[in-house]
Amino acid sequence: MESSEEHRHIVGYGQLAVVLALLLTLTGVTVAVSYVDLGFLNVPVALTIATLKAALVLLFFMHLRYEGPIIRYSFITTVVFLAIMIGFTFWDVAFR
Amino acid sequence: MASTIDTTGVRIGMWIFLYSEIILFGGLFVLYAVYLYEYPELFAQGGKELNRIIGSLNTVVLLVSSCTVAASITAIQRGKKGQAMACLAFSIFCGLVFVVNKYFEWGAKIDHDIYPNSATLQDGEPGLNIFFGLYYVITGLHGLHVIIGMVLLSVSLVLVHHGRITASRYAVLENSGLYWHLVDLIWIFVFPLFYLVL
Repeated sequence: MESSEEHRHIVGYGQLAVVLALLLTLTGVTVAVSYVDLGFLNVPVALTIATLKAALVLLFFMHLRYEGPIIRYSFITTVVFLAIMIGFTFWDVAFR
Repeated sequence: MASTIDTTGVRIGMWIFLYSEIILFGGLFVLYAVYLYEYPELFAQGGKELNRIIGSLNTVVLLVSSCTVAASITAIQRGKKGQAMACLAFSIFCGLVFVVNKYFEWGAKIDHDIYPNSATLQDGEPGLNIFFGLYYVITGLHGLHVIIGMVLLSVSLVLVHHGRITASRYAVLENSGLYWHLVDLIWIFVFPLFYLVL
């Protein structure tokens, strides 16, 4: 007897506001850092901050934190696939 | 015969579709990665031509709209129809702001003869040509997704208004929300790659 109520975790307005505040702060940080010349490090730093922001959106706005194993693991698989697709191609080109 | 809607199954289906979208944009990011490696200084030069302020504004607009879409789902879960509609309407408005900003950005570039196959790009450095080619394709495809997202959110708004989306049946809203968050996620990566690679 299935219940259609399993996915009932409600993310409160306060929690959403905190996540938004964090996202806006991280945006500010990444823009501020872009005005500082770190040489080749600018790109990895910007991408790391972007990944943090993406994680916040995924976990809280998209409820990934409260989802079951199917969605969790299929999502992680997609990210790994993407990492391989981009990483290995980049690696290949870099060592030609 | 009462049919039970498998809301979890519906949601899993939506996530699988999102994965295909992630790989779609991922493919474009592969191109960006390879050509960034080939032409690092020219990509930096191209990045300087883009306006960081408008880019940041667009980032903020999408982040806020993602929050309000999530809030609309919270509202409908609590049975607050009015709040849900207000949040959705605001999110759609944010999407409109984003698209209008994009119009001004592209317009400015086109005015300066920077667009696919323009003389300036064809006769100039290949690295710049590729940078702006990728810029137009990626932000263009992303903009299309923003518009599709706005349509989905509008449909959800109408369905909430007519009582077809309720606290016990909100899969359409949830899935439209997931699509919108994906649009936000993609921009979170597009923004530093094009505007902040300096």
